[in-house]
Amino acid sequence: MSAGRIVARLGRPVGTLCGLGLLWWGIVRLGGVPPYLLPPPGSVARALWAQRGLLAGAAGTTLLETVLGLLLGTAGGGALALLMMASTPVRRWMMPLVLLSQAVPVFALAPLLVLWFGFGIASKVVMAVLVIFFPITSSFFDGLRRTPPGWLDLARSMDARPGLVLLRLRLPAALPAFATGLRVAAAIAPLGAVVGEWVGASSGLGFLMQTANTRFETDLMFAALLVLASMTVLLWWGVDRALARMLYWVPDDRSD
Amino acid sequence: MTAPALDLRGLAVAHGGRELFAGLDLTLPGGVFSVLLGASGVGKTSLLRVIAGLDRPTAGMVVADDGAPLAGRVAWMGQRDLLQPWARVIDNVMLGDRLRGRRPDRDRAAELLRRMGLADRLAALPAELSGGMRQRVALARTLYEDRPVVLMDEPFSALDSVTRARMQDLAAETLHDRTVVLITHDPLEACRLGQAILLMAGEPVRVEAIAVPAGAVPRPADDDSVLHAQGVLLRRMLDAAGS
Repeated sequence: MSAGRIVARLGRPVGTLCGLGLLWWGIVRLGGVPPYLLPPPGSVARALWAQRGLLAGAAGTTLLETVLGLLLGTAGGGALALLMMASTPVRRWMMPLVLLSQAVPVFALAPLLVLWFGFGIASKVVMAVLVIFFPITSSFFDGLRRTPPGWLDLARSMDARPGLVLLRLRLPAALPAFATGLRVAAAIAPLGAVVGEWVGASSGLGFLMQTANTRFETDLMFAALLVLASMTVLLWWGVDRALARMLYWVPDDRSD
Repeated sequence: MTAPALDLRGLAVAHGGRELFAGLDLTLPGGVFSVLLGASGVGKTSLLRVIAGLDRPTAGMVVADDGAPLAGRVAWMGQRDLLQPWARVIDNVMLGDRLRGRRPDRDRAAELLRRMGLADRLAALPAELSGGMRQRVALARTLYEDRPVVLMDEPFSALDSVTRARMQDLAAETLHDRTVVLITHDPLEACRLGQAILLMAGEPVRVEAIAVPAGAVPRPADDDSVLHAQGVLLRRMLDAAGS
């Protein structure tokens, strides 16, 4: 990609961000909002720079929890979807549980999980797994069920073995749906980790935000929020591009 | 390979609450191309699916005249090429063995693709091929199954006339000596390939045997007897549709 095209592609998001920053600055300036309620962009930027070591350490913890949660949740959810497809009893017994994992608010579970799994990263990883389990499992399972009937007819006319149909036909055909679930998961997994940190932790962006909040260090809290948002966007982008590369046969319209 | 004739005995087929066939008795001769011709919606595909064992008839049965079961001796080629977009051309051809868990025969798959004129596209993905090439891969996949009975459901209907004519030649050449049941709504295709031509019309369907033009298949498209038979066939189809 040429330098010109990079500038052109970055132009719009950068423009949007600058516009938002300007709006923010305007509200603080013209609205006379006190800085402990809404700090001006300048002081957030100063906090971002002054506390860069602290923020980087916290972001590292949260990123580790998020990535571990994504890996475990994807492996677990993917395996469960395959099992549900292969066996009717598993499907009947597990589907309500999968739904339950979405229906129970993780915010309510978080204190319990911290109690069970401790103040370390384990409870946050479990939170992230819980948050992404439903989108991963349901999207993959849906994809596995929706194999085009023509392929299944062809497989039947070839006296195919059911296990191999699942592995070599249904599974690859379901990957685009699985990828959709994975993109959603990449966007919400950090949320699970941060909620866990909020409830009880000794490091991480959620922990940092909470302590900053109680000390009325609103500028640091906003800086942590900015770091979290950028991290989430980068994670999503990385997952999105990796998936587009792995699913080389799926049309991927990137013309805009 | 001796290809059996297919006996349809007292066959009743329903689809979507409509009774398409009732008490159908029909013999599709062994080792030749039988062409089933009829307008869209008459029930050609439903009948072929029953013969393929993909759907069950509401009554009656389909048997091979040699007494052995049909299961495992039928290859099926659908209206669409049904290629796996993630698999290379050669892996698509070997799909049957990959789904049965047997060791795929690469040399035979490559040889079949060479006969289809695709020797240099073995590693291509289906999306890199034209519609005609994709259909040739599907034909190679059907041949790879090496079954005495081959059922084809309008396999060339989506192709342009030149590509279609070439595919007809290729099919006639490669499926020689097999029991082929080809469904089509194209009278010219029926007259070029049919060694038995059966016109289907009505509800429930009546099947009428049509006189077959002279000459070995694939018959040339500009042959006088082919052109004449095509005209007669089209007239019959129009009459059937009007009644």
